Amino acid sequence: MSFIKAVKLVHEYFHRDEDGNVDHIETALDGVSLDIEAGDFIAILGHNGSGKSTLAKHMNAILCPTEGTLWVDGMDTADEDKLWDIRKCAGMVFQNPDNQIIAGIVEEDVGFGPENIGIPTEEIWTRVSNSLQSVHMEKYRTHSPNKLSGGQKQRVAIAGVLAMEPQCIVLDEPTAMLDPMGRKDVIDTVYELNRTKKVTVILITHYMEEVVQADKVFVMDQGRVVMQGTPKQIFSQVDTLKSYQLDVPQVTLLAHELKQAGLNIPDGILTREELTEALCHLS
Amino acid sequence: MLRDMTIGQYYPGKSLLHQLDPRVKLTGALVFVVSAFLFENWISFAIVTAFLGTCIILSRVPFRYMVKGLKPVVVILILTAVLNLLWTPGEILWQYRFLKITKQGVMNSGYMLVRLIYLVLGTSLMTLTTTPTRLTDGMETGLSWMKLFKVPVHEIAMTMSIALRFIPLLLEETDKIMKAQMARGADFETGNIFRRAKSMVPLLVPLFVSAWRRAGDLAMAMEARCYHGGEGRTKMKPLKYRKKDFCSYGVLSVYLVGLIVIKVIL
Repeated sequence: MSFIKAVKLVHEYFHRDEDGNVDHIETALDGVSLDIEAGDFIAILGHNGSGKSTLAKHMNAILCPTEGTLWVDGMDTADEDKLWDIRKCAGMVFQNPDNQIIAGIVEEDVGFGPENIGIPTEEIWTRVSNSLQSVHMEKYRTHSPNKLSGGQKQRVAIAGVLAMEPQCIVLDEPTAMLDPMGRKDVIDTVYELNRTKKVTVILITHYMEEVVQADKVFVMDQGRVVMQGTPKQIFSQVDTLKSYQLDVPQVTLLAHELKQAGLNIPDGILTREELTEALCHLS
Repeated sequence: MLRDMTIGQYYPGKSLLHQLDPRVKLTGALVFVVSAFLFENWISFAIVTAFLGTCIILSRVPFRYMVKGLKPVVVILILTAVLNLLWTPGEILWQYRFLKITKQGVMNSGYMLVRLIYLVLGTSLMTLTTTPTRLTDGMETGLSWMKLFKVPVHEIAMTMSIALRFIPLLLEETDKIMKAQMARGADFETGNIFRRAKSMVPLLVPLFVSAWRRAGDLAMAMEARCYHGGEGRTKMKPLKYRKKDFCSYGVLSVYLVGLIVIKVIL
């Protein structure tokens, strides 16, 4: 069985009126089936309201499926006895960096997770140092999170998850509130973690540039997985992506327009280098 | 103006005071507050001042930074001083119709002012040199006997440390909302006190909404990191008394006993 496996996953939000009667039901996930292999870098794309955040919360057992099943490392997320094991196995980083930092000092916040799962004191310290090093924040370990930039805060949040030594990290739009510099820092850190520590990464985003180097991309729309494949396969279908209200990276768009204008350029160009190459081969 | 609040803030450092056990500092702050209200003559006043001065120097927190913490209580300070000055019966020094200043009044208002300033300085010295987590850790261990009476000590401590962490964030947010509303013509600065209080309502509503949202987010983030109450939790920084902590307890008791002796003798 693959590391994360979803079979016909359905999630419904019940909106209630003042008397507690169900007003209307909103289906956020509508029969999602997917397989994620350990060690992969997975990106999940989708515009607002496509159900991608709901899917992410299922992977950490914050939400429980209405129908269908999701297994994380062989554990069923609907099984309450496995709740803490699942959360230990799949860490989660949220969108707003301020609302997920608990302690007033960077190192204490990173130690919060290990404290909760009952790690002995000496080991907490080694874990804290190691995880701060892997996100390049060891310089700031005694600082207050309030004085850090958004990107730095988000890296602290990642370190906090890393210190619990999960096999997988789910990042729910970690860069949505950051400036371009902070965004690059965070994304570079995540890619580095995936390469050097072999952590499975599930990155949920709507910035196309961030998914170019991913191993596999899932595109979601209205609670369904509508496309999946390598970034090259996904981005070669510019028009389909546009029908799901998604953009493609600028370079890809340029290549696509050039091709439509009659130039002989292959589909699915993702980087500036590739485009340069293709243009040079034209003549 | 809101950003100037230093109460409950932590000033990073590695001084002796920073290294002390939070339980010592909590006891110290308590002893100091008691002592500030014990002194009634110049000798005790000098001792208390010297004690506070030494602590401030030992903490290596810039004095100007500490004084900034007094700003929000300036109104209370002035009010206390004026009331004490005018409404203490005794030997009259100056009189104008029903207003009179007495010799005792001058003394009282002076002492009261100094006491209140010392109170704020002493307690903010404790919070400035102790991280909120360590402070609440100290309270948690110091008050753990209350668990026998089913007091949720861990939960209260956790709530407090989170509250302290979010004070600067919420202040920043208030600032932001204020500016956004000022940009659209809201007036927070003119009018009498009632009008100003009324103009705060449109400020509080969005602030509350966002605080609730933050609370929800934070609870989710904590759960995602396996937080499930105090049970089975280990500590990254467990509290252990060291030699300096015992020495400080010694210094504190000498200080308190000394002041009591002076009070009894004189």
